[in-house]
Amino acid sequence: MAAPTNRRHAWGEGVLLLLIGLFCVFPFYWMVTTSLKTQVVALESPPVWWFTPTLANYREVLFVDKVGPALINSLIVAVSTTALAVGLGTPAAYALARFEFRGKRDLWFWFITNRFVSPVVLAFPVFLIARETGLRDTHIALILMYLTFTLPIVIWICTDQFRSIPHELDEAAMLEGASQWRIFRSICLPLAMPGVAVSSILSFIFSWNELLFAYILAPKAAKTAPAMAVTFMEGYDVPYGKIMATSTLIVVPVLIFALLASKHLVRGLTMGAVK
Amino acid sequence: MSFRVPRRTIAAFLGPAVAALAIVGIAPLVYAVWKSLHYFNLTKLAQQRFVGLENYGAVLTDPVFWQAMGRTALLFLIAVPIQIALGLLIALVLHRPGLTFWKTLTRLSLVLPMATTYAVVGLLAQVMLNQKYGVINQMLGWIGVDAINFIGDPTNAFIAVVMWDIWQWTPFVALVLLAGLSTVPPEIEEAATLETRSNWTVLRHVQLPFLIPSLVAVLILRTADTLKLFDMPFTMTRGGPGSATEFIAVLIERVGNRQFDIGMAAAQSVIMLAITIVLARLYIRLFYREVR
Repeated sequence: MAAPTNRRHAWGEGVLLLLIGLFCVFPFYWMVTTSLKTQVVALESPPVWWFTPTLANYREVLFVDKVGPALINSLIVAVSTTALAVGLGTPAAYALARFEFRGKRDLWFWFITNRFVSPVVLAFPVFLIARETGLRDTHIALILMYLTFTLPIVIWICTDQFRSIPHELDEAAMLEGASQWRIFRSICLPLAMPGVAVSSILSFIFSWNELLFAYILAPKAAKTAPAMAVTFMEGYDVPYGKIMATSTLIVVPVLIFALLASKHLVRGLTMGAVK
Repeated sequence: MSFRVPRRTIAAFLGPAVAALAIVGIAPLVYAVWKSLHYFNLTKLAQQRFVGLENYGAVLTDPVFWQAMGRTALLFLIAVPIQIALGLLIALVLHRPGLTFWKTLTRLSLVLPMATTYAVVGLLAQVMLNQKYGVINQMLGWIGVDAINFIGDPTNAFIAVVMWDIWQWTPFVALVLLAGLSTVPPEIEEAATLETRSNWTVLRHVQLPFLIPSLVAVLILRTADTLKLFDMPFTMTRGGPGSATEFIAVLIERVGNRQFDIGMAAAQSVIMLAITIVLARLYIRLFYREVR
């Protein structure tokens, strides 16, 4: 007797899942298809769903409009800041997970609160400092400023990871006379690799997506891809296909990484607010 | 259990990270506070002078600042309840047993919006919401609604930002709440579903208490992120038309970057930061006391 209701239930649920999926994915479908349209097709009203696709927009943005170099800038900045955050953050995470000391909670809290500071608060003072020191429009300025969010992410996720490693291992090593640094490098860090990988992916995503610092600190030579995409909107004749081609180029690597780390993305975005 | 180790070792492990974060996170903040006490305009550097709390007085009595704050609050008050309602619905559907493969697929698709470059989200909005060439107006046409000028009309532009915020962050809320639902002990949930046939009763009396930490987290994070919101409205409307979508971070960017009044922008951002901190503390006090 319950079977028909169950089946109807399953159908209803299936339709609901489909709607949720469409809601999330449709804008990406539209972005990619628009990127394959010529300007003439893109400006048809009402918009067309079937057309002959062309890669002309990609060729043009990559080789004529300098989106290629911007993507390379984005890559340099995101990879460097992630590497730096892992280099600085993993020892700190190890100390927070393994050592006992005064002020540990406060320090921990300070690392985490960086999640709440708006970049617009830091952008102008840093802009002035960068102008004085000649760091404006360099990769270094962006790499350093992105530490404000990449370092807390690495510290937070890796502290959790180090805590989950059994103490017996390092105790045995200590009895053998190994230094803390040795234990960290040779025993704990290799075991914490999953956490390092997840936090690297997250910090790459967040750096790659960043716009405000990039827009204010790197107007020309070090311009990153999101800042580049913004400048397309500044003319009168808005080149839809080109904008969407640039958007697709920016978004695709991030989406791949997001799917790889899908289980941890929410953890990374909540930064300790949810266990 | 933790180890007691010499202070030197602790300093060696923590020092570099602390120093780095102090340089990039705290030093600029201190500098911002210092600059906020000055008249400092990049185009009038000769007139630079110490003015004490004058900028703060100007900001606190500036209707434009409070309008931007009000706009930001309004966005939060409209978008977040919808995100929580839709997110809870999605989480409850995904939490039910059965259709595992399709649920995994849906969960993967939920990850996409929140990972998308925020600036691109704004550009996508421009393209999809265009009055003439936009696909959303085409779809509205299918159900008999006339094309809406989303970007050009003040009220509609605000609604468009709300819609896009809902698109990007509902999946996030759904996944946070889903994680909260998984903390309900299965035996309690099963016992409750045997007791009553009403899903609502189960939600209200069994699941909700376990969801409170997630809901508090959602509120805190959405508050912080709404105050930070810059990329999406900036790429979509530049704060316009007029100042219809000039949220607080967009306003500060305009004052600092397009009016070059860095002293004023610094005062505004310090006040905004203070508001963020007060709100976060308020939430924690209001909600966490009940759970304890």
